[in-house]
Amino acid sequence: MNMETNLERRKALKTGASFGLLAVLGAFGLLKSGAAMAEWNKAAFSSKTMEDALSAMGMSSPEDGAASIQLTVPEIAENGAVVPVTVASTLPNVEQISIFVDKNPNVMAANFVLPAGTEGMVTTRVKMGKTANIVAVVKADGKYYRTAKEVKVTAGGCGG
Amino acid sequence: MGNPMKIRAAVKEGVTEVKVLMQHNMETGLRKGADGNLIPAWFITEVKAQYQGRTVLEAQFGQSVSKNPYLLFRFKGGAAGEKVSISWVDNTGDSRTDEVAITA
Repeated sequence: MNMETNLERRKALKTGASFGLLAVLGAFGLLKSGAAMAEWNKAAFSSKTMEDALSAMGMSSPEDGAASIQLTVPEIAENGAVVPVTVASTLPNVEQISIFVDKNPNVMAANFVLPAGTEGMVTTRVKMGKTANIVAVVKADGKYYRTAKEVKVTAGGCGG
Repeated sequence: MGNPMKIRAAVKEGVTEVKVLMQHNMETGLRKGADGNLIPAWFITEVKAQYQGRTVLEAQFGQSVSKNPYLLFRFKGGAAGEKVSISWVDNTGDSRTDEVAITA
């Protein structure tokens, strides 16, 4: 590929990306009619490292949550495309639960906002490219707590 | 419009448990198709659950959430026959809302 086509390609990618963002924002406006919605944190979701993701989420120095967060993940995942994750916490007033996979190309998987009356737990499924730590950050009473567990992946979930 | 979700909401001892299975490819944008070109990113970015018009869960997803995202959560309250609705929006602006009645 020569320099010129490469530049063209970059331009096309850039335009495409901003159109995509506009579309998201448009739809966001539509959905917003009810209660205010937490914004999709582009910086956090495109972070390549745990540090960047945590800092983009404003969770830079969470406390050790090994005792207060119950993170349930398989020890070995035969299929990295579907890894069940349950995060639960006994802490009072759980407001937010965030799930990360520290070796995925984009480390942040999901963020959950739990209004009062919703129990401090959530189950979902994530993709894992290779053996990595699943990291859970829980916000309770305005404070952040973090715990992690390693999941061994025998077949990655991001293959072509 | 997207494809319909499967939603189950069941109330037990004053707590409603909601299980959701969304139908979505959740393409990361990092995979190559049979032609060797990258398949564009296509994934759900936001999810919102409402019970009787009140928000009971909000979620933001990245590309690392599995294809056909699954979700389980519980909220206090709920009675048989009352409605729980789930809405999602993806990065292309597509969206979908489905509703289910709570069962006892």
